[in-house]
Amino acid sequence: MSKISLNNLSHSYLDQQNNDQDWALRDIDLEWSNGGAYALLGPSGCGKTTLLNIISGLLRPTKGEVFFDEKKITHLSPVERNIAQIFQFPVIYDTMTVFDNLAFPLRNRGFSEDKIKARVKEIAEMLDLSQTLYNRASGLTADGKQKISLGRGLVRSDVNVIMFDEPLTVIDPHLKWILKSKLKELHQEINRTMIYVTHDQTEALTFADQVVVMHEGQLVQKGTPVELFEKPKHTFVGHFIGSPGMNILSCELINGKANFSGAAIEIENKPISHKTYSKTQIGIRPEFVSFSNTGIAVKVLKVNDAGRHKIIDIECDGGKLKMISSVATTIPSGTAYVKFNSKYTYVYGDDWIVGK
Amino acid sequence: MSLELKNVKKKIGAETHIYSTDLKFEKNTINILLGSTLSGKTTLMQIMAGLDKPTSGEIWFNEKNVTGVSVQKRNVSMVYQQFINYPNFTVFENIASPLKIVSISSNEIKNRVGKVAELLKLTDMFNKKPHELSGGQKQRTALARALVKDSGLILLDEPLANLDFKLREELREELPRLFENRDCIVVYATTEPMDALLIGGNTATLHEGKIIQYGKTVDVYNKPNNVISAKVFNDPPINTTKVIKKDKTFSIENNSISWQCQSNLGALADGHYTIGIRPHSITPYKQTENSVQIKGKVLIAELSGSESIIHFQSGNIKWVSLSTGIHPLKVGAEAELHMDVNQFLYFDKNNKLINHV
Amino acid sequence: MRKTVNQKAWFFVLPVFVLVAFNAAIPLMTVINYSFQETFGDNVFFWEGTRWFKQILQSDRFHGALGRQFLFTFIILIIQVPLGIAIALSMPKKGMGVSVCLVLMSMPLLIPWNVVGAMWNIFALPEIGFLGHSINALGIDYNYTQQPLAAWFTTILMDVWHWTSLVVLLSYAGLCAIPDAYYQAAKIDGASRWSIFRHIELPKMNKVLTIAILLRFMDSFMIYTEPFVLTGGGPGNTTAFLSIDLVKMALGQFDLGPAAAMSLIYFFIVLLICWVFYNLMMRHEEQS
Repeated sequence: MSKISLNNLSHSYLDQQNNDQDWALRDIDLEWSNGGAYALLGPSGCGKTTLLNIISGLLRPTKGEVFFDEKKITHLSPVERNIAQIFQFPVIYDTMTVFDNLAFPLRNRGFSEDKIKARVKEIAEMLDLSQTLYNRASGLTADGKQKISLGRGLVRSDVNVIMFDEPLTVIDPHLKWILKSKLKELHQEINRTMIYVTHDQTEALTFADQVVVMHEGQLVQKGTPVELFEKPKHTFVGHFIGSPGMNILSCELINGKANFSGAAIEIENKPISHKTYSKTQIGIRPEFVSFSNTGIAVKVLKVNDAGRHKIIDIECDGGKLKMISSVATTIPSGTAYVKFNSKYTYVYGDDWIVGK
Repeated sequence: MSLELKNVKKKIGAETHIYSTDLKFEKNTINILLGSTLSGKTTLMQIMAGLDKPTSGEIWFNEKNVTGVSVQKRNVSMVYQQFINYPNFTVFENIASPLKIVSISSNEIKNRVGKVAELLKLTDMFNKKPHELSGGQKQRTALARALVKDSGLILLDEPLANLDFKLREELREELPRLFENRDCIVVYATTEPMDALLIGGNTATLHEGKIIQYGKTVDVYNKPNNVISAKVFNDPPINTTKVIKKDKTFSIENNSISWQCQSNLGALADGHYTIGIRPHSITPYKQTENSVQIKGKVLIAELSGSESIIHFQSGNIKWVSLSTGIHPLKVGAEAELHMDVNQFLYFDKNNKLINHV
Repeated sequence: MRKTVNQKAWFFVLPVFVLVAFNAAIPLMTVINYSFQETFGDNVFFWEGTRWFKQILQSDRFHGALGRQFLFTFIILIIQVPLGIAIALSMPKKGMGVSVCLVLMSMPLLIPWNVVGAMWNIFALPEIGFLGHSINALGIDYNYTQQPLAAWFTTILMDVWHWTSLVVLLSYAGLCAIPDAYYQAAKIDGASRWSIFRHIELPKMNKVLTIAILLRFMDSFMIYTEPFVLTGGGPGNTTAFLSIDLVKMALGQFDLGPAAAMSLIYFFIVLLICWVFYNLMMRHEEQS
């Protein structure tokens, strides 16, 4: 197991780069310690798969270095880095049984058949594959095949890091839930460094201890799911994380205080008074907006029942907002008042959180 | 205007893909077909469209029998999961294509395409070809092409499944707005319960070729008429377990957890029943006064920024709890959680819902 | 999804139907007619029953030609299939090299078959042909017009030169269809090059290879033009394959009855082997 460091990593798929758009990754600096569960979260095309392939050695970066512990491994092949990768669609050896599939990496490295048998049985047990161990791998369902892919990575006990590239893409939705929880359970059990790439925030936030949000080849924010949720540093993170995402609306900064919908709003961050911005916005998550007797006057537009809670569309002078209430909350009709939880209300200048 | 399926059945060889189905969809409704893969949603949609003929039964549209009428003669639009567009046409030409087949003046075509493109935010993309578009834009083009026809029946087969999470959210929110004031019937097939709940409208739950329940989405969710219908809303999956009723007390089989019968449940016969408890009814804190405690060992703790999903085991039953906020329960430790009795769903030995006030 | 059924579509098939009837079905009927009778021309026929069939099936000459044919086809397949796969494996998948390789591989396939025969005829001549002269210069006594072994060697070499490209192109198409992720996963698993070939490439090329083998089998079993122009079936009849022998009988000796019978037997052998192939393919499909 290793500490992973990425220094000043940039990558372009083109031979010549004329502008920012030609770079798939720009100036990535990251450090991940041993044994954690990490996620690379971002929309399609943000560079997360490129970054994953650079870490695994399937791609050589245009600029920058990759270190495992203090050793520079940028030029090493995937085999030499001792990593395992699970791809979007299951990759299995069709002609072999489940057992032989799981044994394959160990056989290539020359382990004895006894050791192989014991290890394969252990991993199969962990992944609920013991019943089908001697069946042909090609006969299993998609989630069974993905488990085999995962098993081939786990079966090597000296693996430095296990990487997942949107592994639940082809899995049926009702099995996705089960496999997602299984991956979390696995990490809890074996505690190996795991990096999970996805565009699905539910997968990223429930799996990882630390999430890296990426956008257009750059690292936007890195933190725990709670940090990203409670204090997004960029409006993109605020919008991308949370379902529905953060409400981001224009506001004015007057004398260091935020003015929204004609009234002063209490905010958590202290703006630096002498700085000027071309665009100032206020950000508040739907979870932190609640009905009250006084505050911002709003009109209730629509109530959506999402089963576990209610998502309410409201409108005020400052714009349209969403708020989340528990199922039991009574929704006032006509005009109502809402207040923002000031601890989680922030001002953003030119999309970045202002002040400290 | 209505779409009615009368006793529609579909068999392929010896296998029954759709069992005898009766459905009626009214004008200006969005009707969701919710079920897992292979539950029969696509087969049913193809029969509704006229792309396939039922083995027996009739389809009536607008009080006319259209069974066997081929899809070209019906006024139907369809949107697929796989962003289907003509690869050699620009966005404008793609959207205009259904209008070009019928003789309409080019001014009128421009007009209608313009209106639909504005609705779907595609006005800047007119000269681009599909391969230059992102996934979301491709699907918007397919949607625009479906809407421009002004058809009476619009069918959408898992249209958001191949889109990124956030794009799915955005487009899902726009859908109801796209279909209002069109005087059409919309049928939307999906495997995601969230799609059904957030789009609203009516939902038909499907399981293995049978329609289990049809009604307003909120009603189907809150009052599933049997366990299968409850289980179709599987994000997150509902907890089910066997209980025994004796006198005025319910208790979980092989467990010490018990609670008093509320409302008219006391009048039920003593015996075995099944309960369904949605994960958000089980929380590490007390939601209401009427809650029962359950102790168990924490197996998995999935903590996202805003919610905690706790998998725990009490006795030999595994439970899933979903609560707002972060509750960092330690894996392997004993924990105490609370179940809101008011939200329990009771099913009899035939798995049918027992309605109680 | 069921396609809509429109009976009028059958009319589109009518012209082809007429053409095939005229060019194939009617001549076939004629051959069958001849095979059961004896004729010397002038539309005078004498019924012979199954005499010609018995005669052919028992003749040494037929056995000889059949044996040579099977041997030839066997050698061809043994050489061309592995060679074709090997060349396909070494062709680049991206960049400029792709077009260059594809063009080079297609070229032998574009040459008219009798020209191929004529080319090799001159190329292998012991005195003036580049190949013939070079081999003799190495000290090996080589003359394909007089030595049966040399004739076989030259015929096989010519066929390999002509047709391996077909196997190459088909295998290459099969290889290109394999997603990158398989190679990446194999790299990560530490698989050797041979392992990758055995467990990923070969299984995934299965369908394409079956078609390639079937095509090469059929074509080599019916081969006529190239060996005829090259050796004429000689020296003697050592390279007289089934078709060459058949034509000699029909046109050379004008034994129409036996020739018709032989061509029917030929036809059934090819049909039988194709049927076996087809069943093997179908069973393999079902298994996977």
